[in-house]
Amino acid sequence: MAGKSIVTIKGVKEGLVFLLDDQCDFVALLDELNAKLDKHEQQFNGPIVHIFIKLGARTLEEEDKERIRAIFRRQGNLLIQSIESDPPAIDPGSKAAPALHTMTGMVRSGQTVEYDGHLLLLGDVNPGGTIRCTGDVYILGALRGAVHAGTEGNEDAIIAASLMRPTQLRIADVISRPPDEWTSSEPWMEYAYLRDGAMAIDKLTSLGRQRKEVMLFKGV
Amino acid sequence: MGEAIVVTSGKGGVGKTTTSANLGTALAILGKKVCMVDTDIGLRNLDVVMGLENRIVYDLVDVADGRVRVNQALIKDKRFDELYMLPAAQTKDKNDISPDQVKMIVDSLKPDFDYIIIDCPAGIEQGFRNAIAGATQAIVVTTPENAAVRDADRVIGLLEKSHFPSPKLIINRIRPNLVRSGDMLDVEDICQVLAIDLIGIVPDDELVIKAANSGEPTVMNVNSRAAIAYRNIARRILGETVPLSHLEEKSGVFRKFKKFLGMG
Repeated sequence: MAGKSIVTIKGVKEGLVFLLDDQCDFVALLDELNAKLDKHEQQFNGPIVHIFIKLGARTLEEEDKERIRAIFRRQGNLLIQSIESDPPAIDPGSKAAPALHTMTGMVRSGQTVEYDGHLLLLGDVNPGGTIRCTGDVYILGALRGAVHAGTEGNEDAIIAASLMRPTQLRIADVISRPPDEWTSSEPWMEYAYLRDGAMAIDKLTSLGRQRKEVMLFKGV
Repeated sequence: MGEAIVVTSGKGGVGKTTTSANLGTALAILGKKVCMVDTDIGLRNLDVVMGLENRIVYDLVDVADGRVRVNQALIKDKRFDELYMLPAAQTKDKNDISPDQVKMIVDSLKPDFDYIIIDCPAGIEQGFRNAIAGATQAIVVTTPENAAVRDADRVIGLLEKSHFPSPKLIINRIRPNLVRSGDMLDVEDICQVLAIDLIGIVPDDELVIKAANSGEPTVMNVNSRAAIAYRNIARRILGETVPLSHLEEKSGVFRKFKKFLGMG
């Protein structure tokens, strides 16, 4: 950290901007912040100053943000207006945020598709065809072949298909052989997931309840 | 310049050779100049089905090795002046010839013929690669069995990889009464899985077996239902629009009426 200081303070018309380094350890960052504020203690006495904190690519949980706020609170005249992170640049290869890859075509007998991330296939998977994916597999079409989702052990991975007629499904290390274990003749879209370590099939509308992801609706 | 069509299937015994013989003959009946090429080296059958076995002097491998010119190895059919075949060798095997050699031979036939029908051996190995090398169009033959459909799917995948833009499908040996009772895959099921253009449905017909054993292609026999199907396929190859429905018509007006009412 010789070249670049961990905490950079810039004066703007509205107040002060604290640019916090996003690569260093969070504890080191707090120490540096403490040190900076102690050093400039004199300057920070006086009329109320608005503080804008920029975290760069670092994202923080609420409790860590609170720890930053606590440091500033020691100085009576510093009022935090905002704590912001830049949205991280999307890196298609990164494991942290697997990208959704869209593929068009048919996976025929003897053909294998492998992908690192989530895969959306616009087409069918025929008997004898295979998809292997580290993330989820979504098929807009008929799944009649074999799919392995979460190949690197991700047990939260799912397999969704417009028409669920697979020869075999695998999620992480669990292997399921329909129709020995379950049959599906439902006319709606379905997905396979692991429930208590066993393969389960449900209609796609239940996925929202399972994942509890927050949907942001616009309008009324 | 002629068009070279390979007839292939992956699985054996689904009717590649029968289809090749009958399509070749049907195209000749329609007045086209046709050459059939048997690439099933070591297990040649096309000459037997055509009844030309006793006329073979030279074969495909002789031509590939440069012992004779391609014209010397061609056998003229005994029924049609414009129908020829190039037989496969019986004593060699598939590895005695290369895809480049087959392509060269087929290309040398193209200027003299309207259609070159290439009969492909079963499997997806060297023999298959040889057979598709010279072709510009492919016909995939399957029967209404799961195993045959799987293999057809595999072959379609390989054909697409080898830059055949749109292989055509023939479903062979359909038995309408079994399809109706639900004991046989129906045409729609097969087409849904394979997702390529259907160029014809050939009903199961005992006359085909009889014809093959007597060395007389079925398509010559106007009483055979399979013959009508093969002739229709030949007309579709020529670009005519021939409806696919003749198979279902056999089941009668009453069923159609029921279907119309939504009961079928």
